[in-house]
Parts: sequence; C-alpha cells; structure tokens
Amino acid sequence: MRSSEKPLVDLPSSAALDRIAVSESGFVFDPTTGDSYTVNATGLVLLKLFRQTRDLEALVAAVLAEHEVGAERAERDILEFAGALRQHLRT
Amino acid sequence: MSGLRTVAVTGMNGRADNPAPGMAVVRCLRESGLPLRIIGLGYDALDPGLYSSGCDAGYLLPYPNAGKETVLERLAEIHAAEHLDAIIPCLDAELPVFVELESRLFGLGVRSLLPTREQLRARDKSHLAELTERLGIRYPETRPISDSGFFADCAKDGWEYPLVVKGSVYDAQVAKRPEEAVQAFRRIAAVWGLPILVQRMVEGDEFNLAGLGDGAGGLIGAVMMKKRAVTDKGKAWAGVTIHDERLLALARSVIAALRWRGPLEIEAMCGRDGNYYLIEINPRFPAWIYLSAGVGCNLPAALLAMIMGDALPALPLPEAGILFIRSACELIVPLASFESVMLAGHTPEAGVP
Repeated sequence: MRSSEKPLVDLPSSAALDRIAVSESGFVFDPTTGDSYTVNATGLVLLKLFRQTRDLEALVAAVLAEHEVGAERAERDILEFAGALRQHLRT
Repeated sequence: MSGLRTVAVTGMNGRADNPAPGMAVVRCLRESGLPLRIIGLGYDALDPGLYSSGCDAGYLLPYPNAGKETVLERLAEIHAAEHLDAIIPCLDAELPVFVELESRLFGLGVRSLLPTREQLRARDKSHLAELTERLGIRYPETRPISDSGFFADCAKDGWEYPLVVKGSVYDAQVAKRPEEAVQAFRRIAAVWGLPILVQRMVEGDEFNLAGLGDGAGGLIGAVMMKKRAVTDKGKAWAGVTIHDERLLALARSVIAALRWRGPLEIEAMCGRDGNYYLIEINPRFPAWIYLSAGVGCNLPAALLAMIMGDALPALPLPEAGILFIRSACELIVPLASFESVMLAGHTPEAGVP
C-alpha cells in the first residue's frame, strides 16, 4: 500500500451489507441465509457506518464522535467487528 | 371455481418427530377459503389426521405394497362413497402406485397432478448423481451398498466419518462412527430394503425449497426455507423463509430439465465453501408446507387449482424472515370414532353409500 492511500477496512461485499435487515434494537437478519444475530449499540453504529464507507480513518472518526473511547480502541473494535462480519455474512 | 369439491389427501400420520405432509396440506387447503369437503386417507388407525378437524372424514388405505389393484379397489370404494374430485398423494412410498394409477383414477373422475414414472425415476436417489452431473449441480458422492461390512473398511477408500446413511426411498441418518452406521444400515434396510445409500456429509446449513412444476419446465411457485431447529431425525421443527436467487436458480434448472409435473421439495446444503449441494428431490410437498400458506404463497391451493383447471391464485415470492415453529398437540378422539376406523376403515363422518 502506498503511503498516500487511505487504509480500508476488509468488509463483506456491499451487496451482503446492503441485503441484511438491521433493526434499531440491534437485531440483524440475513434474508439469504436465514441467520439472525444481535449486535450491541456500538455494533449497530458500525453496521450503519460500514454501509457508507470502508475508510478506516473515517470510521474511527465517526466512532470517536459518538463514543468516549480512544482512537486505538475504536480502531481495534472496528477491525474485530469487521472480522466477525466477514465470518458470518455469506458474500 | 364454483360449488363444493371433494378432495382426498394422503399422509395423515403426525408423529411429532417426523410428521407426514398430509395434515399440513389439509391446513393449506382450508386456509384457501375454497368450499371443500376434505377426505383424509391414512394407513393406520392411529394416524391423527383421520380425526382432525381439518378433514371432514377419514378412511384407511391398504399399504402400497399390497399392490396397485388393491389400492385402486379401495380408492374406488371411497370414491363411490365420497365422489372425489381430486386426490393429493403426499408420501414418497405411495407415489409410484399413484403414478401408475393416475390415468385409471382419472377415468373414474378422480383427478391428480403427478410426475410421470420417468420423472419419478430421474430424481430418485440412485439416479440423482446422473441428473446433477448433467445439470452441473454439485452433489455429494453417493454409493449404493448392500453389505454393512462397508462401514468398517470405508476409510481405506477415502470415506470419512461423519457420513450419511440413507434408505433408497426414505429415511436418512448421520453416522459419526462405524457402529452407528451399521445400526442405521440395519434399521433403514429393515423398513425400506436394500440397497442402502451412503453419502458423503456436506458440512454446512440445510436449505429447502418447496415448489410446483407445471409439467412444461416452468416453476409455478416456490417457498424457500432454512431449518432453524430439527428433531432427532433431522426434520424441521422450526424454520425461516429466505430468498436466495442461487437456490431458486438451482430449483428452476432441475424443474426445467425434468419438466417436473406437480409438487416437489428440493433439499440442499450450503457448504462451508458457500456452494449449494443438492441432497434430495422429494416428489411431493414437505411436512412444513403450511409455511407456504403462512407467507401468502399457498402451494397446495395452487396445486388444486391446476388439477381442476381453475385460475391459479397469486403466488408471489414470499418475504424473507417469516418463521414457523412446529407445535405438537393432542387430538381428543371419541372411542366410537376409533372403533369405526378400526372395524370399518373409516370415521363415522364418512359418506358410506
């Protein structure tokens, strides 16, 4: 990666992220696989953000704007959650 | 459609861990709101569907292995009493007999919509490998065996546990060890005979599709479901509707290739590799078919319309995310009803001539 390129988060495909139904309670349903999950408030925020951008810096900034956590913790949470999504969402 | 019609439905067994589809088909027909007299046809006096409120009357049939002439004779008796307009067979084991009898029943005035003998053969477990290869559909390696000694030495041939032990007509069991496989072999062979089929296990999630073929290669309607809970026999106890174009495409290719006529269920596994593997094609509605009425795509009602030449009801692709959860319940049966089925072979409500 060249230094001028912004780091991107490795997420499931846009199609996979767009197809899942996400309710405000944090209940997530995948209509293709029939799987359902629950996510906490941070997960809910991240899911919505992931649909808008994969830019890690922008995601960290968005999390910091809403939660009182350090940038390092926010980045770790984003990457961990992205990893969990890759594991669970069929592309 | 006008006037009351009389429809017979088979498969009235309702064992909690493995119910037959008949009672669910009856519920779908009732939900259609059509004016129907529904006759339940069972094989055992303890088949609950015979006594259920969904059926107006119940009759016992001889088992299919009694031969088609015996079955026809009994159906003709029931027809004389009930003036059947249509019959919907719901069990794998009886399908070959009903297929053989379809034109003769039609001659009596009893209509049905069934696959042909060739279609039935093309999707049976011993020919599925051939069909899937022709269509480019993934299918786990399957081998017919007649000797349970296979299970002790199969590792030498690259067969790893767990594997699936299947009857040639019905029944399947996952075996994790050779002893379990031998036990399953004996149990299934005792009921369904030889050969037994051994299939490589596909690790993943099971998805089912219930559909209706028009006999010209078209899929009239479909409901797709993922099993969310299963009984000890692997039968769906809870499920949720899904929508996956890949599963739908698989079903369409099968139905087009076979020019499938009538109801069917496609069982597929989505493996860890993300690919669908066809496991079985059942030539009838599944036991979970009531879900189709629950999601506004009433396939048994559509089948009846096709049989009778009526306009088809709307069959939209169902919304994903609708669950079913099966609930076993007790039917209360007066002794007189049980006595009537035991002694006369029909419930007291039967229109005996």
